[in-house]
Amino acid sequence: MIRTTHLPLIVTLLTFVLAYALCASQYPSMFSLRVIANLLTDNAFLGIVAVGMTFVILSGGIDLSVGSVIAFTGVFLAVILRDSSIHPLFAFGLVLIITTAFGAAMGATIHYLEMPAFIVTLAGMFLARGAAYVLSTDSVPITHEFYDMLQSVYWKTASGGRFRLIGGVMILTFIVGALVAHRTRFGQNVYALGGDASTSRLMGVPVASTTVGIYAISGGLAGLSGIVFSLYTSAGYSLATVGVELDAIAAVVIGGTLLTGGYGFVAGTFFGILIMGLIQTYIVFDGSLSSWWTKIVIGGLLFAFILLQKGLTWASTARKKAATGFNTPS
Amino acid sequence: MTRHQFIRRITPQLIILGVVLALNFLVFHDFFKIEFQNGRLFGNVIDVLNRGAPTALLCVGMTLVIATKGIDLSVGAIMAIAGATAASLIVDGHNWVSALMGALAVGALCGVWNGFLVAFLRIQPIVATLVLMVAGRGIAQLITEGTILTFLDEGLIHLGAGTVLGIPTPVLIWLFLGGAVAFFVRRTALGMLIESIGINEASSRLAGINSRVLLLCVYVVSGIGAAVAGVIVAADIQGADANNAGLWLELDAILAVVIGGNSLLGGRFSIVASLLGAMIIQSVNSVILLSGMPPEFNLVIKALLILAILVIQSPKVGHLIYILRASAPPPEVKQTTPVKDVN
Repeated sequence: MIRTTHLPLIVTLLTFVLAYALCASQYPSMFSLRVIANLLTDNAFLGIVAVGMTFVILSGGIDLSVGSVIAFTGVFLAVILRDSSIHPLFAFGLVLIITTAFGAAMGATIHYLEMPAFIVTLAGMFLARGAAYVLSTDSVPITHEFYDMLQSVYWKTASGGRFRLIGGVMILTFIVGALVAHRTRFGQNVYALGGDASTSRLMGVPVASTTVGIYAISGGLAGLSGIVFSLYTSAGYSLATVGVELDAIAAVVIGGTLLTGGYGFVAGTFFGILIMGLIQTYIVFDGSLSSWWTKIVIGGLLFAFILLQKGLTWASTARKKAATGFNTPS
Repeated sequence: MTRHQFIRRITPQLIILGVVLALNFLVFHDFFKIEFQNGRLFGNVIDVLNRGAPTALLCVGMTLVIATKGIDLSVGAIMAIAGATAASLIVDGHNWVSALMGALAVGALCGVWNGFLVAFLRIQPIVATLVLMVAGRGIAQLITEGTILTFLDEGLIHLGAGTVLGIPTPVLIWLFLGGAVAFFVRRTALGMLIESIGINEASSRLAGINSRVLLLCVYVVSGIGAAVAGVIVAADIQGADANNAGLWLELDAILAVVIGGNSLLGGRFSIVASLLGAMIIQSVNSVILLSGMPPEFNLVIKALLILAILVIQSPKVGHLIYILRASAPPPEVKQTTPVKDVN
């Protein structure tokens, strides 16, 4: 039996399958491993950051800082690899610690100062972007044999598609994210917090550590995404990835996660990312459509999914009302 | 609000503005010098007033929206759409009045869309306005067909770069619009009704306030303000840039409202304080520029500014200050209620 909570996920899945079938019927060559491999590679950094965003939105919050954190990570790596001789792996570790701590600090501010997540992460967005500017305003190229080595790791299929390392990192992130969200106590706490913060506090959910943990995950994954993005572009640029937070939020919503928190699946976000990537691929294949259609179609999809969620919430409360006979004023 | 209360309300903003202006004076001694040349006023203060116009126009509507416990993320995108509309109307051979009217109508339409989602479909404001924020720039590019539409219409350019009686037109526009809206909501009961929606929408509806229509109107005001700002920005550069017009300006507008001492949790608001907030932001930009500090620090300083204000505004910190004050009465009061140890 289909539960109402699963419906958005199923709709997302159907949307993806239908959209892909439509695309493939028009351009048969889109149904190839090469396109799928590119879909994974091109959206790897967005997918990783969207996993973090899924946790944040599941808990009823929002994180606007991730795009800036990705840019900061890229610039930080580029500058530190240019100016010092430390190994990239060490730099990766360092930047992950910084971004995780940054996220945790935002989470602590949100919880302990009781401020809306929206405005705190907005300040974080300015701060991270500003820090990236201060490090360097130019695009700094990354040239290191370790980078070349990582970039040359791929699995080539018979048809010529290349599954690169960063696509693999994204899929791994999704798997780990899904396990944490659905199979651990921390994941349960995230859902509880998104359902109702005061109820979950009364039930003994450690609200403080969960909130800090959620934003730390989001910050850390934004850092990982920044590493992947620097591998993807071989450079660090402080003006890069402007507005990625919006793409990530859109992917999470299209993936069927309720924006008020409490309902949703990490797997849904994966298909949300694929749908967004598919739109871009279609526009590239078409050739005559301009790139701004991407934004309009994504905006339209966002709206459709928000309406769907609204309808479901409304339907389920109406059913509850009928069952209990409460006549609450609305 | 009596005059005394009003002055007390905007005192913190006036003090901050004074401090920032003094900083401006310290780094650049000719800061307050105003000259009258070629029939217009020149000077750094005039520049601050002029460059702050888009933020000031946005923060008028944003103040009302935030007072209803909402937020409007789409104003930057609406600016781009309105600028593109005005430019394309001019390019199609219409005169500047109809171009301006067209842009305002489009802004109002965007506001109706946002307001409809928030008031009638009951979608959270952040999410509802996110839709237009994501799609808006795409729509603007659709109107300009991906190019930067340039125009040479004197009338429209005057709105962004001209002067009236020596004062730059944008300054007059934002002063007039801000003053008119502030006067309108404060001289009627509208302001109070908007505050009541922000404090408790359910109970204000039970008290007979048509909260849905009011909410819709608030977003329409925000949309129109954004449209005016969009036209000014387009007129200033004599072209409509769908990608960069009003980029991140929604954040500046929200920041201006927050600096204006308005709570993001809705309720009491002051448009004048928000406008002062917009001028504070512009003065901070001016300090950074005049002091020769690299402009890279602009964002970091803004972020620290928000954080400082957030900490001051935080209910927890407010509560702490309240407790500190309450626990500091003269010692004899404490002695009247001794905690006796029964053992």
